[in-house]
Amino acid sequence: MNIQISRRDALLGSGALIVSFALADSLTGAQAQGAAKPLTLTEVDSFLAIDKTGKVTVYSGKVDLGTGITTALRQIVADELDVPMNRIELVQGDTLLTPDQGKTWASITIQVGGMQLRQAAAAARQAMLAEAAKKLGTDNLTVADGIITAGGRKKVSYAELIGDKSFSIKLDPKQPVKEKSPKDYKIVGKSTPRVDIPDKVTGRFTYMQDFRVPGMLHGRVVRPPAIGAKLEKVDESAARKIPGVARVVREGNFLGVVATTEWDAIRGADALKATWSKSETLPDQAKLWEHVRATKVVKEDTTSNVGNAAEALAKEGAKVRKATYDFAIHTHGSIGPSCAIADFKDGKLTSWSASQATHDLRKQLALMLGLSPDNVRCIYVEGAGCYGRNGHEDAAADAALLAKAVGTPVRVQWSRADEHGWDPKGPPTLVDLQASTDGSGNVTAWDSIFYIPQAGPELNVALVAAELAGMPTAKVSFPGNIFQLSAIPYKFPNVRTVCRRLETTPLRPSWIRTPGRMQNTYANECFVDELAAAASVDPLEFRLKYLDPADKRGIEVLNRLAALAKWEKRPSPKKAAGGNVVKGRGISYTKYELVRTYVGAVAEVEVNRSTGRITVSKFYITHDCGQIINPDGLKNQLEGNVIQTVSRTLIEELKFDRSQVTSLDWNSYPILKFPEVPEIVIELIDRPTEKPWGAGEPAAAIIPSAISNAVFDATGVRLRSIPYTPAKVLSAMQAS
Amino acid sequence: MAIKSLTVNGKRVPVTYNDAQMPLLYVLRNDLGLHGPHFGCGLGQCGACTVHIDGVAVRSCITPLSTVDANKKIVTLEGLGTPQKPHRVQKAFIDEQAVQCGYCINGMIMESAALLAKNKKPTEAQIKDALANNLCRCGTHARIVRAVKRASA
Repeated sequence: MNIQISRRDALLGSGALIVSFALADSLTGAQAQGAAKPLTLTEVDSFLAIDKTGKVTVYSGKVDLGTGITTALRQIVADELDVPMNRIELVQGDTLLTPDQGKTWASITIQVGGMQLRQAAAAARQAMLAEAAKKLGTDNLTVADGIITAGGRKKVSYAELIGDKSFSIKLDPKQPVKEKSPKDYKIVGKSTPRVDIPDKVTGRFTYMQDFRVPGMLHGRVVRPPAIGAKLEKVDESAARKIPGVARVVREGNFLGVVATTEWDAIRGADALKATWSKSETLPDQAKLWEHVRATKVVKEDTTSNVGNAAEALAKEGAKVRKATYDFAIHTHGSIGPSCAIADFKDGKLTSWSASQATHDLRKQLALMLGLSPDNVRCIYVEGAGCYGRNGHEDAAADAALLAKAVGTPVRVQWSRADEHGWDPKGPPTLVDLQASTDGSGNVTAWDSIFYIPQAGPELNVALVAAELAGMPTAKVSFPGNIFQLSAIPYKFPNVRTVCRRLETTPLRPSWIRTPGRMQNTYANECFVDELAAAASVDPLEFRLKYLDPADKRGIEVLNRLAALAKWEKRPSPKKAAGGNVVKGRGISYTKYELVRTYVGAVAEVEVNRSTGRITVSKFYITHDCGQIINPDGLKNQLEGNVIQTVSRTLIEELKFDRSQVTSLDWNSYPILKFPEVPEIVIELIDRPTEKPWGAGEPAAAIIPSAISNAVFDATGVRLRSIPYTPAKVLSAMQAS
Repeated sequence: MAIKSLTVNGKRVPVTYNDAQMPLLYVLRNDLGLHGPHFGCGLGQCGACTVHIDGVAVRSCITPLSTVDANKKIVTLEGLGTPQKPHRVQKAFIDEQAVQCGYCINGMIMESAALLAKNKKPTEAQIKDALANNLCRCGTHARIVRAVKRASA
């Protein structure tokens, strides 16, 4: 431990305690695989402040994307610091005030961000105890509700200790501060009600879409009818006749309208007569997988290599099984289309948006407009549910460009067609797998190739406005760490897993919940099931046979899953029961990124053999993410993981023609509706003495494969192409 | 510029507008500053904009201003209840923690409140059916159904 208390100019003026990390570049992510870049705190390094009234302000670079994380982070701080929840204010995602803790992604907000806050809270508590010891003349102290008591009589509050003094505490991540013993936690581990819900259910909450600034105008961008189309001519005459239209802004191929009201902006944009060049840059969707396979490979990443898979596969007598899996392009589909406000004054830009990465957005907007990042401030305002890099950054860029052109604050609210058509997409994923077994059905080799887009040098997605206006932005959009979980948790003697990184992918790629991990696990867990079925072994038993026996937590997750789901031990498929509607069950498992959260899932499905319709009737989940902060919040996330991914598995596929996306509303890109939602049974495995791991993504990784394996169990037919539409189910049944 | 009166959450309010075809949603959000009804699609497909007009759940994003006047009683999520005095459906959503991001929840509550006004004890299938055209992307469906059941009990 290395806490120093010294006077300094406090962030909040005189009379405050501020905890910061001492070394700007030494905070590293908790991911053991080294996949995540180190988090650097280059902007503001303060995590936590207590003012002279005893109010605690938490500065979180991680933001609430609709998961309830602001409640969980408060729980962590309140417990560690011994203050009531309602004394804590939380400032999130403001580049002027909050540290750069990296993007809010990859299920690491509690695991990384929360643990940084826990350290800050522990340090603050220790500093207060040390001050109290001096003041009260004893080390025998207890703390409750921000009040330190000596021997049950003499008391002093945090507020009194701070008074008019300024404390600056520097933390050294290499010398962590001692935290409370988990057995002493009173708020962590409890289903504390979420702080935001009363306002959200009564219309008092301000989402980004509700946020307004004084003197603001409304902007609307006219989208090209084709990706890559050039703006040839604009006739403004009809738009000019609409009373509220203030300006038409044209910058290269970027065309927008600014008006006094939102409706006038919409009408103005509709009334603009723009002529665009023809552009057909997209492949024929009917031949998407041929296109993916034929795309130039710029790099091959071997993500695991054990023994010699090629040799084992070629060995005489080896029984080789091959399969190809594909996973469609998905859109984020946030219920609230992206929205942002920008204000450009005196060469400085202020941007309000629901970006999950305001520090990164700040650099992107600065680059786009040729500003120094010091002249850009990005402020997070919570928006509709965000499941990855959707259109928020693009709306922010639209607003910035328009605000700079007109010199007043401009709000840009994307339309539904903007959101479906122009947010970046989860890229198409194609996986070739082969495996060999010996005469007794033991797996001797596993070999897989994943065709996924390349990752550019920066972790950002190109901004649409910048591309249209010909301004600088990311040259290669980052698709997320989509190589993750191409490697497998099973200990086969020979394994080789390779990611072929493709030069291009049809639409701007980005990360959508469980990016890559979902697609890759889908192929892997289905193919494992194929091997189990080929060996006539129960699929649970087959998995347990090949898991590392030392990995007890993984084995426990599966054993408890079997008990929860009343798993009947037998090979798949089930013996044909006859009848038009057949039932089956399937299992799947992940150890997320092979280093953290363990999840097991059993799906129960019904397949209508004449219509091809799959109904997912029930899901059982067992989940071990270590120490649980808020069990009900965790269950809420798991339910969301299941339901959203059932939708993605059964229904979702983004459609496009040679020019542009054609799934532009909820009819052309439907999602799961209430009558189709499965019953969900969850068993949480709480491990209070272990590190807390993430839960926003891991369960989603195994939903598609559990469904797929259940359909095989029911029908004896293996589906290998997501989504599992009735047409695909019927054609697979006919082919078998 | 034209002007007309509306009755929103029990109050008579003047509204100015350029275009009578402007959907009611824009008046509620931009002129009256309400945060309950949300813009989700502008197509009547998702339900985030739902309000009550004379007790009926209506998609305000496709309801032209020309079709409403001061004789129609418009109620939004704000008019249903407050954090201090929530409507029983709002209270049930709090009790069940039936929110993830909460952006769609306006529609879920307004649709459910309209359902329960007609059918005090709906079955689970009736609840799901009534909410079939309200979309939630976070996957809060199971909790929402539990909340509506709780409110009906």
